[in-house]
Formats: sequence, C-alpha cells, structure tokens
Amino acid sequence: MSGALPVLKPADYASNQDVRWCPGCGNYSILAQMKKVLAALQVPREKLVFISGIGCSSRFPYYMQAYGIHGIHGRAPAFATGLKATRPDLQVWVITGDGDGLSIGGNHLMHCIRRNIDVNIILFNNRIYGLTKGQYSPTSRLGAVTKSSPAGSIDNPLHPLSIAIGCEATFVARSIDTNIKHFGEVLQRAADHRGTSFIEVYQNCVVFNDGAFDYATDRDHKADTTLELEHGKPLIFGKNRDKGIRLRGLDPEIVELGAGVSERDLLCHDEQAPEPSLAYLLSRMRYPEFPEPIGVFRTVDRPRYEVELNNQIEAARAKKGRGNLEALFQTGDSWTVS
Amino acid sequence: MPAATDGPADRVTSKQFIQLEGATVRVAGDSGDGIQLLGTQLTNTSALLGNDVATFPDFPAEIRAPRGTRAGVSGFQVQFSSHDIFTPGDHLDTLVAMNPAALVTNVTDLKPGGLVIVNEDAFNAKEFKLANLDHNPLEDGSLAGYQVIRVPMTALTRKAVEELELGVKIADRCRNFFAMGLVYWLYGRDLSATLRFIRSKFGNRPDIVQANEKALRAGWDYGETTEAFACSYRVDPARLPPGSYLNLMGNQALAWGLLAAAELSGKDLFLGTYPITPASDILHELTKLKHFGIRTFQAEDEIAAVCAAIGAAFGGAMAVTTTSGPGMALKSEGIGLAVMLELPLIVVNVQRGGPSTGLPTKTEQADLFQAVYGRGGECPLPVLAAASPADCFDVAQEAWRIAVRFMTPVMLLSDGYIANGSEPWRIPRLEDLPRVEISHPEPVTDGQVFLPYDRDKRLARPWALPGTPGLMHRIGGLEKQNRTGIVSYDSDNHEAMVQLRARKVAHVASDIPLQKLDGPPAGDLLVVSWGGTFGACTTAVRRCQAEGLSVGHVHLRYLNPFPRNIGELLRSYKRVLVPELNLGQLRTFLAATYLVDAVGFNKVKGKPFAVGELVDRIKAELATVD
Repeated sequence: MSGALPVLKPADYASNQDVRWCPGCGNYSILAQMKKVLAALQVPREKLVFISGIGCSSRFPYYMQAYGIHGIHGRAPAFATGLKATRPDLQVWVITGDGDGLSIGGNHLMHCIRRNIDVNIILFNNRIYGLTKGQYSPTSRLGAVTKSSPAGSIDNPLHPLSIAIGCEATFVARSIDTNIKHFGEVLQRAADHRGTSFIEVYQNCVVFNDGAFDYATDRDHKADTTLELEHGKPLIFGKNRDKGIRLRGLDPEIVELGAGVSERDLLCHDEQAPEPSLAYLLSRMRYPEFPEPIGVFRTVDRPRYEVELNNQIEAARAKKGRGNLEALFQTGDSWTVS
Repeated sequence: MPAATDGPADRVTSKQFIQLEGATVRVAGDSGDGIQLLGTQLTNTSALLGNDVATFPDFPAEIRAPRGTRAGVSGFQVQFSSHDIFTPGDHLDTLVAMNPAALVTNVTDLKPGGLVIVNEDAFNAKEFKLANLDHNPLEDGSLAGYQVIRVPMTALTRKAVEELELGVKIADRCRNFFAMGLVYWLYGRDLSATLRFIRSKFGNRPDIVQANEKALRAGWDYGETTEAFACSYRVDPARLPPGSYLNLMGNQALAWGLLAAAELSGKDLFLGTYPITPASDILHELTKLKHFGIRTFQAEDEIAAVCAAIGAAFGGAMAVTTTSGPGMALKSEGIGLAVMLELPLIVVNVQRGGPSTGLPTKTEQADLFQAVYGRGGECPLPVLAAASPADCFDVAQEAWRIAVRFMTPVMLLSDGYIANGSEPWRIPRLEDLPRVEISHPEPVTDGQVFLPYDRDKRLARPWALPGTPGLMHRIGGLEKQNRTGIVSYDSDNHEAMVQLRARKVAHVASDIPLQKLDGPPAGDLLVVSWGGTFGACTTAVRRCQAEGLSVGHVHLRYLNPFPRNIGELLRSYKRVLVPELNLGQLRTFLAATYLVDAVGFNKVKGKPFAVGELVDRIKAELATVD
C-alpha cells in the first residue's frame, strides 16, 4: 500500500450543481445530514446511487456527487429495484416525497418494501404538493385548506409508517428535518440495515405549508409532542420525563409517572419484535392526542429480494452448469436435413 | 433428406396410401379438450418427419369458457408440406371436430370435398343445446359437399383404457390422444415422438402414461382397421436447406434471440415484465433459463416493469421489457424517459387486437402508430418488426445491436399470430451469430471531467456504469445540456437536443441493410408489408409471379427509420399496395414520408390474411393499373 486512502469529507459528496430549493426549505438540512453520514461511513462515491421521482425532494440526486437518476413521477422504487437486482454491489438510496411516494407511486413503494430489496427509502413528508405550487397531498390533514381544496380537504390522510409496516417493512423509522443529530443517527442505521429501509422525515415546506410541523419542532413543546424511541426502554416523554405510554387493552394511553404508576407499567419499546403490531400501534399515535414517536420503530431481518434472485441463479448453475447456447439449441426434438 | 425418427416406427400401415404435396389440418374442440396439445404434437411429429410446417393456434380468451359452447371452441391449424411454405394454409383438407360447436364454427373453412372427422359421441341433444343448435348438423344436409367420417371417439377411448380402471373422467381426458392417433394414421405420421412426449410429460403418473399411450395407439389402429377410410396419405419431407432444425414458436424464438444477444455481447439479461397475453410466454421461457444468468422480474405493473428495466440498463445489464398493446400504453412515460436518458433498452410489444383490452388472444398489427409516435414530446426511437416465428430470433439480436450502438431504446414488434405460431428453425452455428461489441468508459482519476452526454460519430453517448470511479454523473428526464448532461432550460439548447435525438435515430438508417425486393426491379404492382403478414404476402405474391403477373414484394423489418432505398423502390412500380391487419398505419407512414399514393388492403378481424384473399386483391388492383 502506498499510503492511506484519501478520507472523504462531507463536501466531497456535493456535486458541482447549485442547490435550488427555496431558502429555508427543510431539504437543506436533510442534504447536509446525508453528506455527513456518508462521510462518516466513508461510502465510496462511485458505489452510491441516488434515485428519485418527481417533486421538490426528487431534485436531491442532482446535488450529490454520486451516480443518480432523476426519474419519473412515483417510479423511483422501480428503477431502484431493477438496479439493485442486477448490481447488489451498489448502495442505493430512493428519495421521494408524500405525493411522489404515496400518491402516484404508492404501488411501487408498497411492492419495493414487501420484496425487502436492499435500498434505503427516504420519504420527505411536508404534507403538501410543493413543486406544483400548493395542492393538498395524500398526507395533508383533513380540512387542510390548499389551492386545490379551498373548502378544506375531505381526503382521509395516509400515514406513511402505517403503510410501510402494513407492507411488512423490515426497517421503519421517523425523524425531523431540523432535529439534525437524531436524523443523522436514523440515516446511519438505515444505511446499515440489510433490506428495505423506510424513513419518514418531517420536512417543512416554507412556502406552501410553513409550520406544518411546528408542534413537533417547537423548542418549548417538542418534548411533550414527540417521543424518542429507544430499544428496550419504556415509552417516556415530556419536558420533565414524567409522562409515559401504557397499554390499556389494545390501545395506548398517556399516564403520569408517580402516584402509583411506575416505569414498569409502561409499554417498552422493542424494535426487533418479530410481529409488527407494536410498531403499527406506535405509527398510529398522533398529535394532538399523543406524542408522535420518532426514531426506529422496527428493524428485523428477512430474506432480501436481490439475494434470493441471485441465489436462484447460483442454484440453477449448480444443478445444470452454466448456460450453454449450443446445448440449449439442441434441447427438444431436433432433426437434421443433409 | 430426413433423419426423422430414432428407432423403428411404432406402427406401419398395410393399407394403400396416396402421395400428397402437403396438407392443412385443423383440430377443433372444447377449450378443455387438449386441442392445443394435440396440435403441437402433430406439428412436432410432422417437423421431425422432415415436412416444412406452419401453425396457427386459435383459442378463446377465457381459460375455461362454458363447455360445449361456440365461444369455448379452441382450434389448432397446421399445414405440413414437402415444399417451402410460409403460412398455415387458407383452407382445410381435414377438420377434426370434437363436438357440434367445433363443427359448425369451423366447417366453412373446409375445402369442397374435404374430410371432416367428428366425435360422434358428442352429437347429442345436450351438446346441440350448448352449441345453440336446434338439430343435428350431421343430418341436416349441410355437410353434403364433404366426406364425413363419424367416429365414436368417447366410447372407443373408454374401451381402450378400460382395463386400467381409471374411471370415466380420466378416460375421457385421453380422448385427444385417440384423435391424434387417428390423424397420425391418416397422414402416415410416426407415433414415436408423441410416445416419448407422453412418457416425459406424465412420467410421475404411470397409469396416465399407459392410458394416453393406449388411447393414441387405439386411434391409430382404428384408422387401420375401420372400413371408413379406404386409404391414408403421405407427405414427403421438404427440401429444406441442410442443417439441424427445431420447430420453434415465435415467443420462444424471441426469448432465445434475446438470450443469444446477451451471451454474445457479454451481458446478463434482465427482463422486467408484467404478465399479459400474448407476451407472457417470453417470460415463461426466460425464467427457466436462470443458469444463463438471466434475471426475470415480474413487476407489480407494466410501469414498474419498464422502469426496473431502465434501472438495470443504468447498471449495465442487457435490459428488456415485454408487453402487448395495453401494456405498452402504460409504459409510454417510461419509454420516453429511456429516450431522454439515452440508455439501451428493448421494448417488445407482442401485438393483439385492440384498442383497450380488445381481443387478447387474437392477432392484429394496430400498434405501429403507438410504437413510432406513442409518447409525449418529440420522442423518436427505432422500431423493428419480426416477420415470422423463426425470424423473432434474428430480430431480437438486431434490436440489441441497434440499442447499444446508438444508446437508445428500441421497439420490437411481434404479434399474436407469430408469437404462438411455429415453424422449422434452422439451428445456427454460434460462430455465425452476430456479436455486438460493447465498451464502457474506463475510470478516470479525480479532477478529470467526465461528460456523460458526449457523443461518438453515431451521436451515441457513453454508457458509463455505476461503480466506476470518477464517472459519477446524474441523468434524468429534465432537458439537459449536450455533452455535460447538466439540466438546462435554455430554449436554443432544447431545440438543439430535440434535433439531435431525432438525428441520432435517423442515423440508424445508415447502419441497416438496404431493403430487398422480391420481384423484378420495376413493374406494375409493389406489395409492401411488415410484421407477421410476411408468410401470406410472400405466398400470394409468388403465386401471382408464377402466373406471370408483374408484381414485386417488399417486406419491411425496419419501420423507423426506413431503409434508405424505400423511396426508390416505391417509385419503381406503377402502383403500391399495402396489406395490413389495421386500418392503414404503414400506408400512412409511406404516404407521408414518400408522398406515394399507396392503396391499402386492410383487415381487422383478429385473424391473419388468407393467401387467397391477397391473391384476389392483387389481381383486382392489377386490373386497374394502366
């Protein structure tokens, strides 16, 4: 060896393109965290591929010094599947949004997750269509007044994590664009996970839905409105860490610690639970009735599509030998004309 | 000369036989009667005997249409001949009808005086009702012009397998083998190949093997002993060019062609697809061949299928997506992206009757406009069409050659008729197959600029693969600057890029052979055809030429761009006739491109052209040429 390999710094992962998101957009901090995490992991840039669909978040690949496809609306998981199935050596990230991933691309998202192909999906949830200038999205709250719903949205919103868990996702997490440290940790765990990683990140759209997540980011309230999940730890939250989540029958309830309630009575987080019921229950906890959990909801092992696909090829070769065209052409009933 | 069978024939007739040049036989029955299997066996046996063969399976879209009804009739037609043939034949020499519905829906295709063999046991009141008949068609005089032979097939088959004590239900499922045996006797076909097939197909059920063997031999013996047949027929081997042959269906040939292209260009094949009639057999074939490193991906929908293929192409695989008309509509946006990304990709459309769900199991050529124009924006791509089942093998390889040389998606059109039809395919020697050279840019050291949209002399951009140090680049659907690939909204750049993509595809014309003409260099009528009508048009034109008529024939493989000499060929004849199984799509292209006043002969019945109707049309057109 002629010296150590050059160390990649976060800036080395930046492409030469000017970033063109609106000033103050939550995407900036997501981009910054991504570069930091990749540098921390020292992922070779040529092994990285970012794939996106259409929407504000989907411009992400242009800003990374990596390989990338800015695809068509909603189809990023499908491109990623074809790429990862043929090139398991690459680290593939899918960048999508609430409209791209859950509306037009809902089908692909669902099937990518259930196949457990080893890609990392980050869904930037801002509860609005930004690039088309402010229509309600599949995660907009009931009653949301937008350009296309002046009388209030009457579409019951989808909850990204509930969907991912319903599709048997093997890694499910949530974080918040401005919670830099937390998001960085979640990203790193997603990168480490083998199989589909699904991260929902609350992302503030300063132009069309500003303040949508103030309840979860506001310095004074976030300790009461969010709950940081830790594996093996009871669900405790609140500025004074004096509130917890207890199970009553099949439903969660908020309880005050003390006065006959101890930590032992609380629901304990198990991100490795084989059954996804607990993760699903957590994904259903919503503000203002509950604090919204952030962190890793679920991480389990399951066979990966690209591994199984390539195993089948190896098995076929072990049984029949490597394919040989001449031998193939002679299969079946051939005859000779002389 | 044939080297047809291994070992002695299973049965030898002692009756007299008559020598024929060829024969067209159709078997028809209920879709649960095993008709397609019967037809395939008859075809393979005839091919092994050395006959030239051409087939036309015709079946309902429903998996099990109501039994006994006209809608549930499944048919399989085969022509076998001692000379070159290109079609499964217009009219039938022999029709085998397993029930009344099959008889009444097929008998009109029988030649005058032709032979019709019916399963007499199925001609009863219950079956008449199912076939919507109020009387017995065997007794109403409607078959007066034919030789009718009634065979109690159900009873004879049950008797043949009786000692195996399998029960009536299983016994009746052997009936198609009885019919097969009878047809084999009638045309002097050897039973060996089908006996081998029975053993390999039903090997794990010795009782079923025995039953089918008994039924097959009983059918043959019936022909030999019954007084109903005075003699049988013989069709000698055809004088095909020397070589080894295999009877191949179009979809299988297409799958093998794709595989050969992958192997000979050093690529692993990736097929992203979604099941759709009549294209699914390509998936079925390729997924069996995993030991070649083929990855088949059955996607969640047509869109994911093409997008996964694009992802695989980006990663450096030989990427293919297969579909039929409705699926191609769904893929349009993805194909448009592939044009913009300038990645190699093969899109196979096995056309069927449209629009919409249309006629899923019937043939048509009505997706030519969609293939050439069916995308948003100015979105050109090369379009090729296969001419026959065996030709699918060659066209698939040619599609890949063009895709990689020009870094473009290529559309390959097949159709239900050639996809399910079969013909002898001369097994090629590997060294005779075309090899496609593919090169990927080498790694560059830090600091050197890589230009993902740089161009070679064909205007193709480099195919740089993820994983290559220094070549990191981003591609996408947004308009981009030439050479750098950087997103650009500049109006002059956009116009230049639109022109560039068009020019690149137009350049394909200089990379393909000149169009061949079958006929004199000039004359009265030029027949211009494309796709699966090749066989019928070739046969019709040759028949007219043999009669001394001034007719030429051009059959197009390349539909976009056209070969360079098409304009010249069109102008060499006084009149141009374009037969198509659509309302005139190629004719419109020819008229628009070459200002030729072409005449159409169009048919959209879900059926291929008959040779006779083409001959009549050619003659009628010639009569009006000065």
